[in-house]
Amino acid sequence: MSKTKTNEDYVGHNKMTRFFTSIAKLNLHAKVSKNLILLGLLFFALLILYPLFWMVISSLKSYDEIYNKVWSLPTEWHFENYLTAWSKGISSYFLNSLIVTLSTIVLVVVVGSMAAFTLSRYKSRWIDFALIFIIGGLMMNPQVALIPLFEMLTWMDLINTRWALILTYVAFRLPLTIILIRAFFLSIPKDLEESAIIDGCSEFGIYSKIYLPLSIPIIMTAIVFTAFFAWNEFLFATVFIDSDVLKTIPSGLMNFRDALRTDWGVLLAGMVIASIPMIILLILLQKYLVRGLSEGSVKG
Amino acid sequence: MIFRKKHVIPTLFILPSILLLGIFIYFPLVQNFYNSFFDFSVFSPTKEYVGFAAFEYLLQDKVIVIAFLNNIKYAVISMVFQVAFALILATILEDKLFRKVAPALRIIYFIPVMISISVIALLFGFIYNPQMGLLNSFLELIGLENLAIPWLGNATASIYAVIAMSQWQSIGFITMLFIVAIQKIPKDLYEAADIDGAGKVRKFLSITVPQVKETMFVNTLITITGAMLVFNEPYILTNGGPGFSSMTLSVHMYQQGFVKDNMGYASAVATLIFALTAIFALIQIKVSGTGKDE
Repeated sequence: MSKTKTNEDYVGHNKMTRFFTSIAKLNLHAKVSKNLILLGLLFFALLILYPLFWMVISSLKSYDEIYNKVWSLPTEWHFENYLTAWSKGISSYFLNSLIVTLSTIVLVVVVGSMAAFTLSRYKSRWIDFALIFIIGGLMMNPQVALIPLFEMLTWMDLINTRWALILTYVAFRLPLTIILIRAFFLSIPKDLEESAIIDGCSEFGIYSKIYLPLSIPIIMTAIVFTAFFAWNEFLFATVFIDSDVLKTIPSGLMNFRDALRTDWGVLLAGMVIASIPMIILLILLQKYLVRGLSEGSVKG
Repeated sequence: MIFRKKHVIPTLFILPSILLLGIFIYFPLVQNFYNSFFDFSVFSPTKEYVGFAAFEYLLQDKVIVIAFLNNIKYAVISMVFQVAFALILATILEDKLFRKVAPALRIIYFIPVMISISVIALLFGFIYNPQMGLLNSFLELIGLENLAIPWLGNATASIYAVIAMSQWQSIGFITMLFIVAIQKIPKDLYEAADIDGAGKVRKFLSITVPQVKETMFVNTLITITGAMLVFNEPYILTNGGPGFSSMTLSVHMYQQGFVKDNMGYASAVATLIFALTAIFALIQIKVSGTGKDE
């Protein structure tokens, strides 16, 4: 009897050992795969960051070193590449981009939030129709509108003016902005405005004193998306603006490339300068960006 | 009087938007369709009516076929990277195991999204450069120099080089959309799965995928629409060349219109592009329930 018990003990012990070794193996397995995945993630991060890092480093090199010493750090740091890039045209492209982007933002936010206010507060057949009209705008894309817009802007004598970009950018950003802001306006409690009306607040007062201040977060989101679009837009900027003094950064860089066939360091410096504002904006306002993405109605 | 005053503000408030959309979005759409029945030049004010001639030519244009097939390649490869791979990437980044590194990685992956396409394309011009390019000198470094080719100058490789750059730039955006969708999944679903002893792959297939199905669908549509429209990348990197090897519909439209001055034919190509994308956009509006009262 005692012998059987020992046997059972032995079997039990054996089972326990097997159980623990299998757990240990499982842990080891999990650790190895965790580290492999981590390695993959870091490799992917390197794949994203290295070209950008290379761009910054090479912008400080001479032509000879960009061409012959692809991987090395500069032996002489040519900070003057940045000064040259800035004075040879980037400054004016930068200023144009700034003017176009800021004007687009202001117009999109003001015009868009007003429309969103009406769309969220009133209900009638015409308002429903207006909503469909605005959402339908999402279906349109710049490529299809390009030639008619070119004709129309020529006819309006707006080709080669900043208005050509500002007006078209505003129109193309309005549908998305209105949808975003309207969704937020709908969530504002109705009793707020009822008490405001009792206090003698006008319609305009409700919009400007209640709805707008409450909606700062979503307006920030709209600003981020509009800024990103207007700063980087390429097709309209290339076709509608021919004059070098009015070009924005995306189209201006192409001129810059053609003008500086061999001055690669300066071109790279221009590219870095062109990217800095949006990266700063991303770092400062990423929570608004995520918010916009999570509204789920964002179209690239 | 009071009744009328009540209607003035809503009308005034919505009027600028309606006008801007009407003039700059809807009118061009109609005008483009109208233009495709005419033959005209940028420089002359007269348009000659040619009926369906442009559309007949469209059916025989060999470049259209190459361009359309390139757009399809763009769509298929983007689907793999921007929907399948991005979803896996987002799932990994949202896993507890990587909680420490995920926020930094998320931002890193997103950086190229914020950079202007002209900067990215010029940068990849340097990367693909046959003499001093990063890609070829990397291949040399690891002993694969016989794989080194002039990426943008090679008729077989050019379109894939362009597509690769697009994936590099936009994967962060789609990954972020998936991350946001995954964060909305109720935590107790995963807890219940843990109790049942489900593994990670099982949880991914049985919880994550069905829960983000809608986002997946919308991302698919965004990706396909984007692939049908792609202009900047091939235009800046290769201008559709060498030959017509990396041509896309939009680049073809631009060249016909603004380089060869066949405005009427370019309008017909634009109409084709609109038809291809409008279907996907309509489905997207329907699926994402944009404008629904919640």
